[in-house]
Amino acid sequence: MTALLELREVEASYGPVKALHGVSLEVAEGEIVAVLGANGAGKTTTLRAVSGTVRRGGELLFAGSPLPRSPESVARRGIAHVPEGRGTFADLSVRDNLRLGAYTRRGGGSRDDLRRVYAFFPRLEERRDQQAGTLSGGEQQMLALARALMARPRLLLLDEPSLGLAPLVVAEIFATLARMNAEEGVTVVVVEQNANLALSSSARAYVLEVGRVAVAGPSDELRKAESVRRSYLGY
Amino acid sequence: MSRARTAIRVVGVAALVVVAAVLPHFISDYHALEWATVGTYFIALLGLNVLTGYSGQISLGHGAFMAVGGYTSAILMAHHGVRDLWTIPLAGLVAGGAGLLFGLPALRLSGLYLALATFAIAVAFPALVKKFEHFTGGSTGLILNLPKAPGGIHLSSNDWLYYLSWGIGGVLLALGALLARSRVGRSFRAIRDSEVAAASSGVSPALYKTLAFGVSAFYAGIAGSLVAIETAYVNPQTFPITLSLLLLVGVAVGGLGSLVGCIFGAALIEFLPIYAQNISKQAPSVIQGLILIGVMLILPGGVAGLGRLLENRAFRP
Amino acid sequence: MAEFWQQVVAGLASGGIYASLALAVVLIYRSTGVINFAQGEMATFATYLALTFMNHGFSFWPAFWLTLACAFVGGVAIERVVIRPVENRPVLTVVIVTIGLLILINGLTSWIWGGAVRKFPSPFSTRPIHVAGVAFSIQDIGIIGVCLTAVVVLGLFFRFTKLGLALRAAALNPGASRLVGVRVSWMLALGWGLAAALGAVSGMMVAPVVFLDPNMMQGILLYALAAAVLGGIDSPLGAVVGGLTLGVLLNLLGTYVSTLGGEMRLVAGLAVILAVLIVRPAGLLGKTAVRRV
Repeated sequence: MTALLELREVEASYGPVKALHGVSLEVAEGEIVAVLGANGAGKTTTLRAVSGTVRRGGELLFAGSPLPRSPESVARRGIAHVPEGRGTFADLSVRDNLRLGAYTRRGGGSRDDLRRVYAFFPRLEERRDQQAGTLSGGEQQMLALARALMARPRLLLLDEPSLGLAPLVVAEIFATLARMNAEEGVTVVVVEQNANLALSSSARAYVLEVGRVAVAGPSDELRKAESVRRSYLGY
Repeated sequence: MSRARTAIRVVGVAALVVVAAVLPHFISDYHALEWATVGTYFIALLGLNVLTGYSGQISLGHGAFMAVGGYTSAILMAHHGVRDLWTIPLAGLVAGGAGLLFGLPALRLSGLYLALATFAIAVAFPALVKKFEHFTGGSTGLILNLPKAPGGIHLSSNDWLYYLSWGIGGVLLALGALLARSRVGRSFRAIRDSEVAAASSGVSPALYKTLAFGVSAFYAGIAGSLVAIETAYVNPQTFPITLSLLLLVGVAVGGLGSLVGCIFGAALIEFLPIYAQNISKQAPSVIQGLILIGVMLILPGGVAGLGRLLENRAFRP
Repeated sequence: MAEFWQQVVAGLASGGIYASLALAVVLIYRSTGVINFAQGEMATFATYLALTFMNHGFSFWPAFWLTLACAFVGGVAIERVVIRPVENRPVLTVVIVTIGLLILINGLTSWIWGGAVRKFPSPFSTRPIHVAGVAFSIQDIGIIGVCLTAVVVLGLFFRFTKLGLALRAAALNPGASRLVGVRVSWMLALGWGLAAALGAVSGMMVAPVVFLDPNMMQGILLYALAAAVLGGIDSPLGAVVGGLTLGVLLNLLGTYVSTLGGEMRLVAGLAVILAVLIVRPAGLLGKTAVRRV
């Protein structure tokens, strides 16, 4: 079975600075895969390479065909990228943010659509007319996830969802993520600094170091392997 | 910079000076007047370059400062009988003062807002001039004595005007070059490139931005004064909005931040309309607009930028 | 008292014209971050185009709609050809480009149609109608109607349509917009097209009153800029409120304060711009903060 997402020797640079030196990874449909590593290892850049927000080289295949260059086209293929900082529109209402999530879908943003997403995120329904910028950190992350869900994506790229949030909130977010994966069949690639959390929530994981894949394998095994944890994950 | 390059530059400048000094002998009296006008535009462009090219503040109303200088001269000459030559520095100082006065509140405006405010000033200025009829002669304007070389100098009036413009222009160019190399000039450029960085290095943006306005207005005032003297007449339409826009064309085409580029800009402003009018009366505007857009899109450094490019090519190590 | 209300209505008519052009300026500012100094000239060009259509057999309203369509296309074309290449360059470069457009379009207008002043037909009769014993000009009321309709339609477009939402999003956060699939650069072009159409409305409404000539919109641009600044340069509602307020204010001042008639209104417009920018740069309804160093 071909993987949903395949990266082969992918390189990426920010101007003259090279951030990825040949990253190869695979994500099968329906999986939750974690991408881990220290600061500057290239985790965020990997997600950006997939969504087309950074200049990249190498092979990137989605459902067998090469990924287009521009972020807009990548989004239209069914890939939703929730970036660091969430990428919500602070000045627009919650409802408008959600409607935008469904932009690429014909007939998206309808009442039924919204209802489906509110079922996952009831707190957002309460706040649907509020400006997104006035929501708490946790709620904004929920909004970002909800917006991604509106697009009915095949693949969800999630960058540091736990950043700046309290543990209880983070647990809720990951629980919702698991539900999205189980009920809506969304494949997830999640980048996380909190390695323990990421490993308990994913099936497989890749550990990056200086722009390359250093270790890969089932999350369970990586969690148990002390040497891996000590060298790469810091605990 | 290599010795050869410096030498070529010095020779180039010397050649320009020699050409400028003897040009009137070789051209007709009428052309001498045209080149005299180029000289006044040159001075105005030098000022605008200090403001926009060096300190990065956008002004679409430079013509208004020229008007201040021009009207100062005219009023002194017409109402108070002052000799034309003495009015020139006075016009510069009055305009410079106006520049400092405007520079202060302008501190609160950056980039786009400053462009907007100066644009509005340029559009509204003629109306303001008409309002103060008592001083400015309103719509009819002020008629002045025809320019004449001072006693003892045997030159036709056009030749005299030529040497007056370019003489003053040369002095102001030298001053401008000194300014550019001085601490003040470096501070201007620091502010243009990053106000925050400049402030944290101890360069006070407020002081230098206001100073830049003052200096550029001083130059504009002198240019305006020369315009008044040369045409022997001012009225509200002598300094319209199109003049301000034209000055911007000149400074952009010559090259922002290049003092010598101003010569090209000034020549363009003066001669393009004259020759383009052969195509049609409106062709000058169309061509000016196209040139301005084209330069910004393709060659943002203007003629000076092109010159640097060629120079670099020629001296490739 | 009757004269007061007549002047208010007349002021609202001028205000409607300023509001339309101001909204165009704000639209472009919000989407591209640039003040389009050529907005007035684009409107003038469109108005001349309308006159040409009418001289070739179209009656007013068909010519009106045709002109709006042409203006829209023209605005999109200008954004694609001239503005897009300098999108990421410093502010100064873009300002100079719009000034270049101003000069170019003004020259083109004179070249194609000549500089003579022309009459422009009005779709509204000049007869007065009487309301509560006061005579109002049908033309003034018509102008208010058309301008407000244009503005309201645009507002509805932004609030309730998917495309309008995408346009707003592209202006607010281009990066995030791309991630949801919005083609940001086409949104910018769309913004320019809509702005050009608004400008055309403004031009076609004012031309019957001030007569058509290549420099017709220069003063109006000044008032539109004042209105936009007054309302808040990034607030569409502010542009409309600012425009109507300015129109009424200038008209009343012109009527009751003798020194402020005619061309002095330009100076009043200038005063508004300077005062607002210095005292309260965000305007009445805007949100931008001016950075102080």
